[in-house]
Amino acid sequence: MTASNNAIVRWIDDRLPIFTLMRHSTSEYPTPKNLNYWWNFGSLAGFVLVVMILTGIFLAMNYTPHTAYAFESVERIMRDVNYGWLLRYLHMNGASMFFALVYIHLFRGMYYGSYKSPREVLWWIGIIIFICMMATAFMGYVLPWGQMSFWGATVITNLFSAVPLVGTEIVTWLWGGFSVDNPTLNRFFALHYLLPFAIFGLLFIHLWALHTVKSNNPLGIDIKGPQDSIPFHPYYTIKDLYGIGVFLLIYLFFVFFAPNFFGEPDNYIPANPMVTPPHIVPEWYFLPFYAILRAVPDKLFGVVLMFASILVLFVLPWLDTSKVRSARFRPIYKQLFWIFVLDCLILGWIGAKPPEGAYLVIGRIATIYYFAHFLILLPLTGWFEKPRPLPDSIGAPTVKR
Amino acid sequence: MAHSVPSTQVGPSEAKTRRDFLLYATSVTGAVGTALALWPFIHSMNPAADVLALSSSEIDLAPVAPGQAITVTWRGKPVFVRHRMPDEITAAQNVDFSTLPDPQKDEGRVQKQEWLILVGVCTHLGCVPLGQKTTDPRGDYNGWFCPCHGSHYDTSGRIRKGPAPLNLDVPPYVFTTDTTIRIG
Repeated sequence: MTASNNAIVRWIDDRLPIFTLMRHSTSEYPTPKNLNYWWNFGSLAGFVLVVMILTGIFLAMNYTPHTAYAFESVERIMRDVNYGWLLRYLHMNGASMFFALVYIHLFRGMYYGSYKSPREVLWWIGIIIFICMMATAFMGYVLPWGQMSFWGATVITNLFSAVPLVGTEIVTWLWGGFSVDNPTLNRFFALHYLLPFAIFGLLFIHLWALHTVKSNNPLGIDIKGPQDSIPFHPYYTIKDLYGIGVFLLIYLFFVFFAPNFFGEPDNYIPANPMVTPPHIVPEWYFLPFYAILRAVPDKLFGVVLMFASILVLFVLPWLDTSKVRSARFRPIYKQLFWIFVLDCLILGWIGAKPPEGAYLVIGRIATIYYFAHFLILLPLTGWFEKPRPLPDSIGAPTVKR
Repeated sequence: MAHSVPSTQVGPSEAKTRRDFLLYATSVTGAVGTALALWPFIHSMNPAADVLALSSSEIDLAPVAPGQAITVTWRGKPVFVRHRMPDEITAAQNVDFSTLPDPQKDEGRVQKQEWLILVGVCTHLGCVPLGQKTTDPRGDYNGWFCPCHGSHYDTSGRIRKGPAPLNLDVPPYVFTTDTTIRIG
């Protein structure tokens, strides 16, 4: 097994098998030959992570994490720094794109049963990445120190005051004071810079797990032989690149033509600890969880339920009792999946509405359904559903046609 | 993807050429696109508009008596303004300038003989030379002395001895009135 005919490459590879590793994980990595475009979203999310880290590093060169200067330093980035507006709009919209891609990636995994054995750990790493992303996005949103930054930080950190007995102490510890203030902003900046690198590391663990258990595929059946797979490179590298091209068109449309589409105008008002804006709304990607929080009339239970709505994903591989992975062969689950997607969209819509009247009722029903999907419907469906017959191999359906 | 061409009509060499062309075209497009995308990142580290806006300073010379020197700030750097005495001017003019490490005439370094205006940054490695105060060491040539690595500058700010390669810079300036200058 020589890495190359090149003597220098061989010399290095004998001492640090980096070229062998690269070959194993690209040109030799056997990938199911039937992956559809829903499998593009993982690499797209990885691409956006790199864009976020790059733009973030260059933004940090011009940002001042101090309550007296933060807002103005961001405005200086927008007006005075060369291409500062571009870097900031790439970063702002990149966050929305990152979540959109990861949500699609997540739903892809749910539809095709990618969390099932032997991919449970792969799924877990993904959820940990998702949680790190949420923490990073939240703290990043605080940095411009606008009204939404400040009050978002206040509300979210106050979630921890619901912890029994030591709630107040935890919140004081999070703030480094008795309200959201300069120490809070400083530590949020430090962590906002740190966490993306943690995500980057987790991404490689995610890939490590993926390359150990191999990719799932739209049929949800295992690779049975070489006829079922093609090398990742060049087939899927070029397909992923094509996906990046299409994605860039959408991403850059927002960056150049609607840069504040996902933002709240109130965040262009400098933070004022004395006045709360009349209508506080989190960024769109937090809305479903925000709706779950507000659906519950009890403070502690609301917070618990909100965290539970994410943590339940960890046990999804065991809640789904069906042995069949892909929803293509699960007539009941396929419908439940789309109802679940609709339920998440409804929760997102409710999260943006004031918590009153019919919105509250709909929010509560949608919250109950969210948990019922995982805790009742999925286990029962696995037991009672009669799956359609699975094809013999990945190649079989193509051959038959 | 030669979808309309039957495979029998495409010889191996021809197919290779087509594929090579596509590969090179794709690679070049990608490389050019990446390079263009990197430029905003690189350029964001260049001086921003507010930094460039601070690029000129006005100085009133009237209070500076002969023999005195003041230090003013221009673009974050010290600028030496020395009101030279007649003997300092003579000393600067009477040197055979062609023997100096960085040959320059004193007349080429001043607009008015008595006013010497210099960027106060040693051309060796960027320290600020001593010599603005009367109590400072002024080196062997009664000009400035850089304490970092021992460069001696004369009363025209020219390097005479030590590791510095060039004379002290003369910033761009104009006399807006007889006693006012604008640097930058």
